[in-house]
Amino acid sequence: MKPRRTHRLRDMAREREGFRSRALSAFAIVLVCFVVLIWRFVHLQIFQHEEYTTRSESNRVKIIPRPSNRGLILDRHGVVLADNWPAYRLEIIPEQVDDLADTLERLADIIELGQDDLEKFRELRMARHSFQSIPLRLQLEEVEVARFSVNRHAFPGVNVVAYQTRQYPFDHSFAHVIGYVSRLDRSDLNRVDAREYVATTHIGKSGVERYYEAFLHGKGGRQQVETNAQGRVIDVLESEPQRSGMNLHLTIDAVLQLAAVEALGDRNGAVVALDPATGEVLALVSAPSYNPNLFVNGISTRDYRALLDSPDQPLFNRALQGGYEPGSTLKPFMALAGLELGEIDRNTIVNSIGYYQLPDQARRYHDWNPGGHGPVDVVEALAQSVNVFFFRLAVDLTIDRIHDYLDDFGFGAPTGLDLYGEISGVLPSREWKRAHRNLPWFPGETVILGIGQGFMVTTPLQLANATAAMANRGRMVQPHLLRAVENPQSGVLQYPEYPSTTVPILDAENWQLVIQGMEGVVHGVRGTARAIAADDPPFRIAGKSGTAQVYELKEGEKYNAEEVAEHLRDHALFIAFAPADAPTIALAVIAEHGGGGSSVAAPIARKVIDAWLKAPIADDQVISFHDPKVQLRREMR
Amino acid sequence: MIAAQSLQRMSRRMFNRPRLDWPLVGLIMATVALGMVILYSASEGDSQLVIKQGVRFLIGLAVMFVISHLPPTQMRHLTPFLYVVGIVLLLIVAFAGVGTGAQRWLNLGVARFQPSELLKLSVPMMMAWYLHSRSYPPSLRTTLSSLVIVVIPAVLIYQQPDLGTAILVAISGLFVLFLSGLSWRLIISLAVAAAALSPILWNAMHEYQKNRVLMFLDPEADPLGRGWNIIQSKIAVGSGGLTGKGWQQGTQAHLEFLPEKSTDFILATFAEEFGLMGVLVLFSLYMLIIWRGLVIAMAAKDCYSRLLSGALVLTFFVYVAVNAGMVSGLLPVVGVPLPLVSYGGTSMVSLMAGFGVIMSIYAHRKFISSDR
Repeated sequence: MKPRRTHRLRDMAREREGFRSRALSAFAIVLVCFVVLIWRFVHLQIFQHEEYTTRSESNRVKIIPRPSNRGLILDRHGVVLADNWPAYRLEIIPEQVDDLADTLERLADIIELGQDDLEKFRELRMARHSFQSIPLRLQLEEVEVARFSVNRHAFPGVNVVAYQTRQYPFDHSFAHVIGYVSRLDRSDLNRVDAREYVATTHIGKSGVERYYEAFLHGKGGRQQVETNAQGRVIDVLESEPQRSGMNLHLTIDAVLQLAAVEALGDRNGAVVALDPATGEVLALVSAPSYNPNLFVNGISTRDYRALLDSPDQPLFNRALQGGYEPGSTLKPFMALAGLELGEIDRNTIVNSIGYYQLPDQARRYHDWNPGGHGPVDVVEALAQSVNVFFFRLAVDLTIDRIHDYLDDFGFGAPTGLDLYGEISGVLPSREWKRAHRNLPWFPGETVILGIGQGFMVTTPLQLANATAAMANRGRMVQPHLLRAVENPQSGVLQYPEYPSTTVPILDAENWQLVIQGMEGVVHGVRGTARAIAADDPPFRIAGKSGTAQVYELKEGEKYNAEEVAEHLRDHALFIAFAPADAPTIALAVIAEHGGGGSSVAAPIARKVIDAWLKAPIADDQVISFHDPKVQLRREMR
Repeated sequence: MIAAQSLQRMSRRMFNRPRLDWPLVGLIMATVALGMVILYSASEGDSQLVIKQGVRFLIGLAVMFVISHLPPTQMRHLTPFLYVVGIVLLLIVAFAGVGTGAQRWLNLGVARFQPSELLKLSVPMMMAWYLHSRSYPPSLRTTLSSLVIVVIPAVLIYQQPDLGTAILVAISGLFVLFLSGLSWRLIISLAVAAAALSPILWNAMHEYQKNRVLMFLDPEADPLGRGWNIIQSKIAVGSGGLTGKGWQQGTQAHLEFLPEKSTDFILATFAEEFGLMGVLVLFSLYMLIIWRGLVIAMAAKDCYSRLLSGALVLTFFVYVAVNAGMVSGLLPVVGVPLPLVSYGGTSMVSLMAGFGVIMSIYAHRKFISSDR
């Protein structure tokens, strides 16, 4: 596109001359402006210099940001899981110390000073001014504070300063739920409003501490203070108070959580327990765990290395990041799919002869019981975990229908729990295999999917969530950890609402049949986990055991737990809910390399269910950290 | 071998012809160096920050170098396109931008980008493109229709809201009009019209913008609140005296009395630590840059290049004058950084892009034989 030509002939020379005169007059204006500016600076810097020097020297008003109090984190009954404890730190104002080296040496006699402390101090000294106070030691012991107070006169320029530090009273037990706070660094400032964090030293780095940072942090305040020329505060003129962070009431039940930790014992694994009616997470354990208190005031390099290098991966949250094959715990969902989609009914009988073969294929898919289980219906197939029944069912259902049905139970997608880092797992389909393996779906893969093997990957949280849906007869509430947000000033509690979805129900009878099968697992004469109900408990448990293969057997090879190294041993799984007719708890247990689901994982589930049902705490009952129920559990760890 | 030869040929083409005006490059470098010295002090010895600023300058130099190889004729052809892109980006920001309080930024994933920076270049370009082929001097009709080019982006930027940038963008466009030989009579009558419209503008201003102006008129009325910046800045400048308190010795800045001491108010830190002598050195550098720029503009052969380079240089001057006026309490506090000195990325790169245009016009002064 070209500008329109003018009709008049243009006079280049005249234009150039015209521009020249305009440019020169512009420069004249520029010079005049600079003269005005220079005059202004001369005026300020020469004529008013003395006045401003005086004002600069007596410049006493300064704005000091004040940190806000971080909100507490409590369990559903008010037990404090993350607390703020008053602490003392030692600070030095270098300007007021005559001989720093000598002072440090003498201080070391009465207060323990590590190499780390001295290094951090030196680092900060370089970055700050000599009139600014620099922390030397955090979290002084009471005796140290006392010793220093007595000798204070000998240490001009050294002060003990009170501050608040985060404290996790239960050490390891809640680390994967609560997470931890740690020293704020530059990268953290990118995810928050930096202006609100001027005086803040700590920020949530993982777990609830991180997810709900915005609630917990509150808002920093400001103080206008009068200072002397060195910047030391003489008087507070005016202050804009800080707003404390919100207290968070979690859905977690501390007593149950401690019971689950105890039940899991030394095993690596996870326990996730939900209230099926509300989606509330009652317990979420991942073992091994770590002590979040280590992170609060700066974890030492050695401790951190140890955590990172441990083969047990204590920092890894197995409950939402661990992907496991569901194994036989998938069978109840497969059975339900078969019933609801009309492939089987309550009268369908399959004769288990010990193995299953696809038509025209030589490969045999084995039952765990070499001789087979004889003719079984769907209830018995669940109770005895009959593989052949489910091999056949899966083939009849086809991969497409299995995928679509299991999708409703939330498999293959994050549950949306209010913690960061949850994985989606895998709910395989033809499309999935094409996209991820670039291969078509093979019939044999449908067979083993019938018993939860092959490509399928679930997290303990997903399993617990799906079990809750089963317990709740189809209704699924978004699992969550946050029960209420409390304004610490007014004490007003706000309860967030969570969405729910429903698995489509064709015939409620079908659900009842599957649950009957799951009850058979625990209470049936031939139930795989009947050992955990040998004492005839006062409530009925619906459950299903499972075993996730870690190490693949070649055809014809036989698995023998005794012969396999522990790290290659199968993972033990158990899902359950109780009481079976009106469930108040649904859970998933995974014991890594535990071997059999019914022998190892089921007893753990039973202990957790006992803790929940045998000594229930009323929902509105408030208990404290010092409550014997809490302390007893705490000591038993 | 062939590749090496062509590389050689290319580098010869790049370096043999005088692409860059070395006196101007030298002046820019001296100013930036001075800026980094004071930035080190204003940031409390944060060498990381200074290195970051240095890297931005290097990026700016690279941008300048690349643009200096673009012939002005090509720039002229690109002008309407650049202008329209700028306007579209402003519209996108208005609907999808990110920012604290004000919508100014576009998030590009790797970096955030302020489209109004693009307009600082493309508005004078568009004005020069529009006016270079019209009658000389521009008629009243041409003048009024050219004002549309200025008003559209200025209003969009003002809506963000960013009054400071809106005014600067408008001024850069008006300079083109001034340089194109608009008669003094028209200039004066437009100024009178603008003065008559100012009460309407006042009513349309945001509360915080009104506050800034009121505060400028009487800063002592609220010394701890809204007047804080101006008062503290004046104390910093005034207490600097003739020779200053010395590098890294400025108490105003170091005791944290002075807000924005490494960005918009860096000149106050500079004046406090280096005194009037330092200020004179810095101002001299700025005046020399402006003079050199105008000399290049006068030597340009075609009308478009002349108008564009002249307007860019004068806009540069306005930045300096507005910032210095703000810091010394002559003008209200508008968020304008001190060019080449204030800490900040986008303004550094867009300034250097402007210098790239000027360098290109310098480089092509001999090779363009006819006006069109």
